[in-house]
Amino acid sequence: MIIEIGHYALVLALATALILSVLPVIGARRGDAAMMALAPTGSLVLFALVAFSFGVLTWAYVVSDFSVANVWENSHSLMPLIYKYSGVWGNHEGSMLLWLLILVFFSALVATFGRNLPDTLRANVLAVQAWISTAFLFFILLTSNPFLRLDPAPAEGQDLNPVLQDLGLAVHPPLLYLGYVGFSVCFSFAVAALIEGRIDAAWARWVRPWTLAAWTFLTAGIAMGSYWAYYELGWGGWWFWDPVENASFMPWLAGTALLHSALVMEKREALKIWTVLLAIMTFSLSLLGTFLVRSGVLTSVHSFATDPTRGIFILCILGIFIGGAFALFAWRAPMLKAGGIFAPISREGALVLNNLILTVATATVLTGTLYPLILETLTGEKISVGAPFFNMTFGLLMLPLLVAVPFGPVLAWKRGDLLGALQRLYVFAGLALAAGLAFFYIQNGGPVLAIFGLVLGFWGMIGAFADLWYRANFAKVGLSVGLKRLAGLPRSVFGTAIAHFGLGVTVLGIFAATTFGTETVVEMKQGASVDIGGYSLTYDGLRDAVGPNYTEQRGHFAVSRGGVQVADVWSSKRLYTARRMPTTEAGILTFGLSQLYVSLGDAMESGGMVVRIWWKPFILCIWGGALVMMVGGFVSLSDRRLRVGAPSRKAKPVKARLEAAE
Amino acid sequence: MTRKQKRLAVIAGGMSFILVAVLLVMFAFSQSVAYFFMPADLAKADVKPGTRIRLGGLVAEGSVKRSQGSTVSFTVTDGTGSVPVTYTGILPDLFREGQGVVTEGAFDAASHGFVADSVLAKHDENYMPKEVADRLKAQGVWNEGQGNQGQGSGTKGTATR
Repeated sequence: MIIEIGHYALVLALATALILSVLPVIGARRGDAAMMALAPTGSLVLFALVAFSFGVLTWAYVVSDFSVANVWENSHSLMPLIYKYSGVWGNHEGSMLLWLLILVFFSALVATFGRNLPDTLRANVLAVQAWISTAFLFFILLTSNPFLRLDPAPAEGQDLNPVLQDLGLAVHPPLLYLGYVGFSVCFSFAVAALIEGRIDAAWARWVRPWTLAAWTFLTAGIAMGSYWAYYELGWGGWWFWDPVENASFMPWLAGTALLHSALVMEKREALKIWTVLLAIMTFSLSLLGTFLVRSGVLTSVHSFATDPTRGIFILCILGIFIGGAFALFAWRAPMLKAGGIFAPISREGALVLNNLILTVATATVLTGTLYPLILETLTGEKISVGAPFFNMTFGLLMLPLLVAVPFGPVLAWKRGDLLGALQRLYVFAGLALAAGLAFFYIQNGGPVLAIFGLVLGFWGMIGAFADLWYRANFAKVGLSVGLKRLAGLPRSVFGTAIAHFGLGVTVLGIFAATTFGTETVVEMKQGASVDIGGYSLTYDGLRDAVGPNYTEQRGHFAVSRGGVQVADVWSSKRLYTARRMPTTEAGILTFGLSQLYVSLGDAMESGGMVVRIWWKPFILCIWGGALVMMVGGFVSLSDRRLRVGAPSRKAKPVKARLEAAE
Repeated sequence: MTRKQKRLAVIAGGMSFILVAVLLVMFAFSQSVAYFFMPADLAKADVKPGTRIRLGGLVAEGSVKRSQGSTVSFTVTDGTGSVPVTYTGILPDLFREGQGVVTEGAFDAASHGFVADSVLAKHDENYMPKEVADRLKAQGVWNEGQGNQGQGSGTKGTATR
């Protein structure tokens, strides 16, 4: 019974979303306050209905109600409770419901915290959010209903795909969706601005916190997914340039660009049209990602089911929203007035360079991801575009940006001084060079080109603090006054420095792990040992073990350094009983920022075991840097000026002036 | 420089960056794209030794042999032709005889065998690698429901460990 109520709540949600899609827009057009007031209330009701529906599905998973087809297909009564929860989004239908839940959650947030928005803008934004909600509600109810029943109810479920039974996966989709779907708010703001034909610095101030929040969550989600692939798939790689990974990476790149261009628009009222376009593109890439992952055109862990009607349905949603938004843009954008002018060498100029590089890099990733699909559709020829392509194009194109990052914050707005910036930064560059060379020396060398990468990483890390250093001006005013000055700075300055530092850490991790990492594949018999990364691993045979819903053979390795045993690693081959599916559980041992990674292969007839061992120095910097970027995002988000709902002093007068000008 | 010249310089700079990107993409496509072949195609197409390709098909029953170390040899077949493949490393968990596989590598000039440096099998038991499934279905060698029947032999495959 409760399942049917959950289903019914979703139908009611569709009705609500339909009303919400139409009335507030008409209200905003006619200046009817009552119709516009419908938007916030309706958004909250919509959220309540979808949340209830999601709760019902979760409940069905927790109590293992196998009369629900979706639960039967993806759960098992013996599965640990945490995976019963995460199983809700470990399948197509449930993950689409999660997508929708987060979408209406963001609408509800805009409704709650957007009290100081002009009435018409808020009504339009919430209506555009409701259009997206309507499309996805139709999609769920017509093609991916999670509430379908089975009669008679089976006694036991088919279990969740074993590679998805993992803590990393339990949190990866919600984080990723918070990012993906968070950009819908920017999209809605952009479309609403186009509908109204008016845009100003206040608009950018409202949009920036949402962009920042979405970007922060997307950063976390991508890092989590990458770490999950690293330890769960047992291949030792952390990024495969798989189309599914690219699908989440492209909105991140575009979102990063949006974050920076919104800054220019907020501070200087320049790049208006470009920012609106970027907001539309970012969410379009999120939708494209959803299409690529959910439609079954790509095969991966993410494509749970391949039902062609679903693919066509999402493609239609994609076409309507992207096409519609771009058409609206083409029609209305000329009405938006261009803003302030600036010299090429200036903070704005640096941010334009950031935008140029990021969007071009996004375009290359998009090309590499879609080209095989398009070629196959047109000619039937099948090709694969892999890591070499992306390293050559994306990797090279991003290098100038990494060099330029520390320059941005030290350049003045409007008209900057490159020579002055160089004078300010050469000490930092020297430090980075020294650090890179020292690092290279300690690691006993490698390809000389690696020095460049290491220096680049340190340059990003050290250079990130140049702005803070000169703002505090420790050299002139001494420590105590300098610290006081720092305390007086807005938090967003620290957010910028922390996020840029995190980028440097990630870059350093990528170069260090790829240059100094070693790997070996050996056949090991009991008692045999292998030396790698300064450690010695001794194989101590296989043991049988039993988990809640799997059986496994665990290989034990004793790790020693200089003849003294320092640790143990277990690496195992699991067989999940319900699906008869084997998985490899890598044994990972962390030493500081480096890791030893042991993966079991096949047993040999001679009684030995094929073992693949990696030494991955400083690999944790890759995700650690992403974590630091995330912290930077949150610090920036806590800035008083950006706090959602804080009164914006400048907003009203600016707009009044613009209206007068029109 | 006047303002107009400055603006032109900026636009020229941006355009040349985009041009570099386009050239880089075209160059990378010509260098690093691997075409997909099945054994039957190789008779028609002339693939030179050393050219990176993807080779897909079914792992022939009884063809998997492990020599010393971690080198494995097996035959990839599609019902019409078959190609011997050697691979050094750890095979994916779901690599089984009679199941679909995609390997990436190049033909060796000396032995005329295919030397793979990566082997991809399925992520779960429900599907074949897409390229392989499309073609085998077209040829009628395999169809969608067969994946589940294959599980019996799959369990046998894992039991040999």
